[in-house]
Amino acid sequence: MAVDWLTVWLTLKLATTTTLVLLLLGTPLAWWLANSRAWWTELIGTLVALPLVLPPTVLGFYLLLMLGPDGPIGELTLALGIGTLPFTFAGLVVGSVIYSLPFVVQPIRNAFEAMGERPIEVAATLRASPLRRFFTVALPLARPGFLTGAVLGFAHTVGEFGVILMIGGNIPGQTRVISVAIYDHVESLEWTQAHWLSGGMLLFSFLVVYTMYLTERRLRRDRA
Amino acid sequence: MNDIEVSLAHTLGDFSLEVVFNTPASGVTALFGHSGSGKTSVLRAIAGLLRTDHGRVCVNGELWQDNGHFVPTHRRPLGYVFQEASLFPHLSVRRNLEYGWRQIPAAERKIAFDSAVELLGVGPLLQRATHRLSGGERQRVAIARALLTSPRLLLMDEPLSALDHAARQAILPYLESLHDEFGIPSLYVSHDPREVARLADQVVLLDQGKVVAYGEASSMMTRLDLSLARYADATSILEGSISAHDPTYHLTWIGMLGGRVAVPRQELAVGKRARVEIQARDVSLSLKAHSDTSIINILPARVVDTREISPSQLLVRLELEDGQTLLSRITRRSAMGIGLHEGCRLYAQVKSVALIA
Repeated sequence: MAVDWLTVWLTLKLATTTTLVLLLLGTPLAWWLANSRAWWTELIGTLVALPLVLPPTVLGFYLLLMLGPDGPIGELTLALGIGTLPFTFAGLVVGSVIYSLPFVVQPIRNAFEAMGERPIEVAATLRASPLRRFFTVALPLARPGFLTGAVLGFAHTVGEFGVILMIGGNIPGQTRVISVAIYDHVESLEWTQAHWLSGGMLLFSFLVVYTMYLTERRLRRDRA
Repeated sequence: MNDIEVSLAHTLGDFSLEVVFNTPASGVTALFGHSGSGKTSVLRAIAGLLRTDHGRVCVNGELWQDNGHFVPTHRRPLGYVFQEASLFPHLSVRRNLEYGWRQIPAAERKIAFDSAVELLGVGPLLQRATHRLSGGERQRVAIARALLTSPRLLLMDEPLSALDHAARQAILPYLESLHDEFGIPSLYVSHDPREVARLADQVVLLDQGKVVAYGEASSMMTRLDLSLARYADATSILEGSISAHDPTYHLTWIGMLGGRVAVPRQELAVGKRARVEIQARDVSLSLKAHSDTSIINILPARVVDTREISPSQLLVRLELEDGQTLLSRITRRSAMGIGLHEGCRLYAQVKSVALIA
């Protein structure tokens, strides 16, 4: 068989899980970054943005140390009876979440900031509690930012290679994703398989970004 | 008990706000001042949107904030109308109106949905998206939305300033009827003396973050020492009652002690109290009561004092026979021509009179 469907399926599962986790964690983080007036806000902002410039191998190296049996997080997970995370699917999710964090947080933060304080103030004068203001005003108004963040986070996770190789290895059905599989196929001169997967990724990436641009444009037109 | 007590101190960069005033919790109190005088900050602080360094706000005996005590905005029973309508763009007009209304338990709603919709004439707009509304329509929806929370205090921050002249004229009657209809006390921020003349009962005059003067609107408007009267469109307000209708020329006469003025015919009962607004630039002065002039509103008056407002122009404060005050703006040249001096008696010729209520 030319296409290794197990690898494709695992990749999609990883990207979906990562995106969901990122939306859950990234939304409050983006809200805090957009609204905090603390002096150390941009320190956190920089940490979040770091994966944009850091070589994935550096990130993977530190993650491996932290998550490994002698690392602080590794000791914690061992104590909790979960075992260690490297070379498991869960470990891949942790790594992908950190690696793709800026791609999700930044667009959402920008959307919150573009909205300004006024709509939230208006809602407060209309008796809405902070929670209600967040869910009924901030979230709907930041919708384009969520769309961009989700799409970029998903696509970026699908294309991830370095971090995965460092902390996930290459276990079929568990940690072997498309990008790693392509590398493998090329190493063992299986050009046909490499072509199928690479071509598929090219098409997928193009469609994802194109759909995002079209949707953003439509949202903007609706608003205007 | 039945008043609004405000006492605020706040420093923002090199601007310091130190505002203290008490005003009755009924009718409209205007916060008047130039831009940068701090009037919007005062309103925001009263709403709890701006946390001042020190502040005490007490409305109708209910303490909204004091040292160590701070009721958050969403728990203050207020309505706020911003300068720009600030409707929620993701909700229809109806959903915008319902946003605050649904937060109020049915038993505590003092203003019915339909009556606010009707008063502000937004019924035909209910199903529309907010970006399909004109500026005036948006602001009417915003006012109705604020009213629907059954506020005990309505805060309005220059709600008309973003509108063009026509839209402003169209919306003013709605604002006037608001207070007759629901009797909600309001604080109204403005830098337009004509708006203040039409709407306000009391005026708090602010300058550089401090209260310069406080008092009844009609007397504040004509005090020459205050910036209110120094504006190019200085205005006075006179009170009288409807005295007669003139069907031939389609006029309504408003009588005061010692004179009467005419406005275009209004369907109002004779004897009903009426307030009129007269712009200082529409009042000219004459030593004799001419009958050979096109002006029909001629009131005997006495000059109280005068003040130069520019090298060429003079603002003259006149007392009418019943003690009411009228402002006139004339050139210094004409003042000299008629030998104007304090205490002299003359006739004020009023070119145009607008009925307020």
